[in-house]
Amino acid sequence: MTDWLHHLMVLPILLPLMVGAAMIPIDERNRMAKGVMGFVSTLALFVLSMVLMRASASTEGFLAGTSVYQLGNWPAPFGIVLVLDRLSALMLCLTSGLALAAQVYSIARWHTAGHHFHSLFQLLIAGLNGAFLTGDLFNLFVFFEIMLAASYGLLLHGSGPLRVKAGLHYVAINLAASSLFLIGVSLIYGATGTLNMADLAVKLASISPENRQMVEVGAGVLGVAFLVKAGMWPLSFWLPTAYSAATPPVAAVFAMLTKVGIYIILRLSLLVFGANAGVSAGFGQTLLVVGGMLTIAFGAIGVLASQAMARLAAYSVLVSSGTLMAAIGLGHSGMIAGALFYLVSSTLTISAFFLLIELVERGRDAGADVLAVTMEAYGDADEDEEPDEAGAAIPGTMAVLGLCFCLCALLLAGLPPLSGFVAKFAILSGLFGLSGPEAAPAISPADWTYVTLLILSGLSAMIAMNRVGIRTFWASIENTEPRVFVIEIAPVVVLLGACIFLSLQAGATMRYMQATADSLLDPASYTQRVLTAPRVGGQ
Amino acid sequence: MEIILSAAIGVLTASGVYLLLRPRTYQVIIGLSLLSYAVNLFIFSMGRLRVNTPPILEPGGVGDLSRYTDPVPQALVLTAIVIGFAMTALFLVVLLASRGFTGTDHVDGREQRSD
Repeated sequence: MTDWLHHLMVLPILLPLMVGAAMIPIDERNRMAKGVMGFVSTLALFVLSMVLMRASASTEGFLAGTSVYQLGNWPAPFGIVLVLDRLSALMLCLTSGLALAAQVYSIARWHTAGHHFHSLFQLLIAGLNGAFLTGDLFNLFVFFEIMLAASYGLLLHGSGPLRVKAGLHYVAINLAASSLFLIGVSLIYGATGTLNMADLAVKLASISPENRQMVEVGAGVLGVAFLVKAGMWPLSFWLPTAYSAATPPVAAVFAMLTKVGIYIILRLSLLVFGANAGVSAGFGQTLLVVGGMLTIAFGAIGVLASQAMARLAAYSVLVSSGTLMAAIGLGHSGMIAGALFYLVSSTLTISAFFLLIELVERGRDAGADVLAVTMEAYGDADEDEEPDEAGAAIPGTMAVLGLCFCLCALLLAGLPPLSGFVAKFAILSGLFGLSGPEAAPAISPADWTYVTLLILSGLSAMIAMNRVGIRTFWASIENTEPRVFVIEIAPVVVLLGACIFLSLQAGATMRYMQATADSLLDPASYTQRVLTAPRVGGQ
Repeated sequence: MEIILSAAIGVLTASGVYLLLRPRTYQVIIGLSLLSYAVNLFIFSMGRLRVNTPPILEPGGVGDLSRYTDPVPQALVLTAIVIGFAMTALFLVVLLASRGFTGTDHVDGREQRSD
């Protein structure tokens, strides 16, 4: 019984991969069939990731704690392994939740804007899930590339000069970053002879000085590749253009893509360069702190300067990334739990915001133009009637949209009572040593700068959201009520509802995050579980 | 041999980076290709350079480690080549689409003013 349950671990990769592949031969005219297939697959993934999250949070039973899946049944340092622990389960859950919302949203109309939307979408999820589950650096590269390849296609979905231009820059910068990724991985392999993260963490403790230097260079180069993805300041100029050019459901899942970079940095800095790493402990933290703070500042200024709402959302992505990077870099163990809470809350918020923007702007000219162009480029005559089948236009649309917008503003700015506030509060209380193991550590100037920036970034989000909100909802010149379908607004409401749920259940959530942080701060048990996992069917 | 290989990697990387920073999309794609060649050679060299040592064990024996080279970097290179090739093809499509939409091969989609 427990034997086959063990295989649940590999399903988050296999299921979307297979569904995505199965959809490719289906004719584009059966878009609805594809949409339903994609929806069922994403829904199954969501349920599955919930099951995995429950299992990894329990202390006994199947997949309890940190569990290892040996592909090809080879033990860890030699074979490729997938590792499921609390952090990866959390990320899986977040990914599938966002994907579900974006998927439902896209079925209303956006999937008609180009070909193979649903296949690419499933492949993107497969890549994301793989990146979260893998325990091996080179496999991480492969899953990264799957994710990126799908994201290139999705960014170009809907076509048009603006998207193609943004796509060109996006592809070029990611290809260059992939080269850096490979250089980093091969340097680490050359110095340590291993690509398994757990094995690397063990080997780094007892490595010769010249090899240590090589590993650190490798880790630095590797880190740059992830920081490009996460959007650290001097490496992030591509991000606002690309994210604001993407179609709304795509932008909503792209909010997760930056978090992959954050996830890897969090994982590697605590596992490989954690307390057990000897001389290398805390490698690169200064850079993360400085870069993270500059990113917050850049993002906050960008938020203030944005005219279009999509750009505002894209700069909010940067603020969120910067906050997380600096939180990881400051390295107070009490802050990790707060940072994880912030990660979940801010990702949900930004995704909901990306979805909301297009609905709000639909009555206005700019958004309508883009849609008209894409419909023109791909449209047949029959596509006009398709949205009508999707659901009835809801009454009081502007009221609902306005309410959702207010919630987004509160969440982005981090005002009470919603989870944005709880998350920032948790980070700050960890920083000041009010929670967590160490009692009241000395507060350094870097900490003060971080606190200031965190609060100022909230202020700038508040100002910008107020301005945009007034312009859109109160002082709108056109006065046309956008036609919005229930299945378009429902995902936004659900994502924001998840944030409200997080605020209501903040105690329970923080306990989960704290336990996750504790397991991350104990790399020895992770490495031990990975390296001593028994093979299936005896030794 | 080490000198030749490291010089080759260096020259390929330098040319790749230079071309990557040029304003024409065709130059960018060639730059990315050169860069990926350099990276592939670099990964290969991380398995240490040894002549006449195949990554194959003789059948029916324990195998002689002095005549055996590390197969992992070679497998990595193979994967990287395949992925790099696919990505270059994809970039080529985007490049052509951009050319079609804007009528120019400048990476920003418009010519810079000459002043």
